[in-house]
Amino acid sequence: MTVSDTSRLVLDEPYARPILVDGARDLASITDRVCGVVERPTPPRAWYVAITITSCLTLMLFAMVGYLIATGVGVWGNNSPAFWGWDIVNFVFWVGIAHAGTLISAILFLLRQKWRTSINRAAEAMTLFAVCCAGLYPAVHVGRVWVAYWLFPVPNQMQMWPNFRSPLLWDVFAVSTYATVSLLFWYMGLLPDLATLRDRATSGLKRGLYGFFALGWCGSARHWQRFERAYLILAALATPLVLSVHSVVSFDFAVSQVPGWHTTIFPPYFVAGAIFSGFGMVVTTMVPARELFGLKELITLRHLENMNKVILATGSIVGLAYATEFFIAWYGGNPYERFVFLNRALGPYWWAYWLMIFCNVVAPQFLWIKKIRTNLLFMFVISIFVNIGMWLERFVIVVTSLTRDYIPSSWGYFKPTAVDVCTFVGTIGLFLTLFLLFCRFLPMVAIAEVKTILPAAHGHGAHGKHGGEGRPGREVSHG
Amino acid sequence: MAERATNTGAGELHALLAEFDDVDAVSGAARALRDAGYRRFEVYSPFPIHGIERSMGLSPTRLPWIALGAGLTGTSLALFFQWWTNAVDYPFKISGKPLFGIPANIPVTFEFTVLLASFGAFFGMLILNRLPEHHRPVFENPRFRRATDDGFFLAVEVDDPRFDPRATRALLEQHTRRPLEECRDSGQTRELPGSVRAALVSVAALGLLPLAGVVWARSQDSSRPPIHVVNDMDSQPRYRAQAANPVFSDGRAMRSDALGTQAFGELPRPGTITTGKQGDAWTESFPVPVTPAFLARGRERFAIYCTPCHGQSGYGDGLVALRAAELQEQNWVQPSSLHDPLVRARPVGQLFDTVVNGVRTMPAYGRQIPREDAWAVVAYVRALQRSQNAAQADVPPTERAKLGAQ
Repeated sequence: MTVSDTSRLVLDEPYARPILVDGARDLASITDRVCGVVERPTPPRAWYVAITITSCLTLMLFAMVGYLIATGVGVWGNNSPAFWGWDIVNFVFWVGIAHAGTLISAILFLLRQKWRTSINRAAEAMTLFAVCCAGLYPAVHVGRVWVAYWLFPVPNQMQMWPNFRSPLLWDVFAVSTYATVSLLFWYMGLLPDLATLRDRATSGLKRGLYGFFALGWCGSARHWQRFERAYLILAALATPLVLSVHSVVSFDFAVSQVPGWHTTIFPPYFVAGAIFSGFGMVVTTMVPARELFGLKELITLRHLENMNKVILATGSIVGLAYATEFFIAWYGGNPYERFVFLNRALGPYWWAYWLMIFCNVVAPQFLWIKKIRTNLLFMFVISIFVNIGMWLERFVIVVTSLTRDYIPSSWGYFKPTAVDVCTFVGTIGLFLTLFLLFCRFLPMVAIAEVKTILPAAHGHGAHGKHGGEGRPGREVSHG
Repeated sequence: MAERATNTGAGELHALLAEFDDVDAVSGAARALRDAGYRRFEVYSPFPIHGIERSMGLSPTRLPWIALGAGLTGTSLALFFQWWTNAVDYPFKISGKPLFGIPANIPVTFEFTVLLASFGAFFGMLILNRLPEHHRPVFENPRFRRATDDGFFLAVEVDDPRFDPRATRALLEQHTRRPLEECRDSGQTRELPGSVRAALVSVAALGLLPLAGVVWARSQDSSRPPIHVVNDMDSQPRYRAQAANPVFSDGRAMRSDALGTQAFGELPRPGTITTGKQGDAWTESFPVPVTPAFLARGRERFAIYCTPCHGQSGYGDGLVALRAAELQEQNWVQPSSLHDPLVRARPVGQLFDTVVNGVRTMPAYGRQIPREDAWAVVAYVRALQRSQNAAQADVPPTERAKLGAQ
């Protein structure tokens, strides 16, 4: 960067309120724009095409799960020595994706990053749908699904209790708490918007349904006061929760004694990877969704660019973690640990490892360039790379460590079966189906929250609107 | 118009409703009402207005305390429950970990704290806000629908002690140019009719019956095996002992050892000690020295292997035999009495052979009883036979006097 480049930086003035949405500047137009997506008589044709494909994939998922339950987990490729296969890979993959929603909702809320308001609703919904896909795997991989309730401390005729000292049980509590709190957080944020849809509804059925779930929200100041306080508390609770969930998932690995898993770097490394993959998925879904539903003025290029910056930052953290793992494997002097890492890069799964390095470490680095991170096509492609790369990361961790551990006579090579592949593709179908239904029937953007960042929401003084309107930043001169 | 209407229904005035252009106007009106001493008025807006609670003179909400209480409840419940289940009710040592220790129990405690605190925040918000509440008098005003879109409203309830039809109206009109509206409560209840409610309550109560049945059943003692919903382990695809199996040419499910199979330590060694024979005849003497310790060993082995059928004293009245007699088992052969003259006459070698290889319906015990122990059993049987068929002459002279005294 030359001196002339830096001399005219445009910075957001801390005390002026930046304009975070384009075009639609008054309250009613925000309502119209967001509710319009839900209220239009028929969705765009692309929506029909998409949901036809994704619901077929979802049906395939149900068929695969039914086949698995009827037959047994032998229909998957899991076998000695890799007793964890795609089931755990996919579980960790989906749980990771589920982290972006709460991060945007809670952490960015606490950090007062107002730009989050346009994307937090959709990201939270994605969190819930990703948790659905993730939760499916532990539930069905136990083999005898009908006794999956043994995972929970329920009084039973065996007079036994689960072992609370096991990371697998911590996982049950972490993921189910995360799913519950995310649902509450999402639903609570939806209440005012459901009331908006209720009050705009033209048919009695819609009015009844939206009204039922809006719980009679009326927008009174006393309600808003408690609502805002509850939102703040939930954000403050969800922030450590979101960090704890993937930490606990990483304990599933780190507390074991398998080489390549038994490391203390896992919790922070998993959390960074989860945020990375989650933002990747948010970009993957939001780029087409904002085009499809005409929300470009609410979900602006600025939002996408900010998310790309998060992807760049967390992708670099993930790259640093890979390097640190290698360094510690060498520096720690444990021959098994050294072998595992050399085996990852040079062993039979070298292709997965180097593809992962390319997708997670190399590809996001292009986002340093502003032209790329503000280009829809490039960011979409990079986000797809991030999704693939993060799936491969879990595959590399689970499979390379299990197939070649201490005893060479027990080494093996993991091969997924067609059922493995179809189940995974089916969860992608389930995720997208739920997301498409959400886009069609619920407000994709938090209407009430976006209104709070409009100039009209901030009346200072008795007359007139906010003075900073139309002045998104000030020019700073660096002499 | 302002007097408290009697509870006669339609058209009862509930509040005076004013609409405002923007945030500033509604906040100004709220401040004016607050300063004039009004309390029962409410501001409605499509989004939270910054600072409105100060303009209205609202006190801070108790919600954080509810969330804190719920969170602390979660912490203590989780800690107590983990300690009680894993260290008290079902102690289970695993990986050398302590039954209860803070580090391993932190994750679940943390998650449960967050869970209950979130419940406290969410449900506390609903309860303090008295939601769900689907019917409100303000909803009956069609203009009010804009309160969730772009309308700012303020309603002063007639219940407010400062409410005065003219003065309040004048006060509000200073802040808005829009016409004020009277918000009336039509009194129409949206509550469900009594019959529907009764039906719902009945269904809910009936729905609890299965649960009550389970609780009742679990609190009872029963000698019958527990009911499993899914009989995983109870029905296994396997052949039971003595069952027929068409796969094999002899039709038997139980397979004998392949020809020539010999277990370790079972190689037949020649000699009296393994065959019980001297030459071709049963031996009459023990091939091992008979000592009190040897006899005690024999007594112990006899009690384990022989008493179930033959009985403690050897009359063929063991528990198995008694039960078979009680059940009148058709195929049961009464075990021989060891005091039968025929048995007493047998040489020890033949008795040894009976123990090791079985006879008639008595199975062979050679696999369970090593050869030396089988000799000990035979020695004990001999002692038993002697004890049950003793004559007075067998008692030593020094003891014989005592017998007579009894």
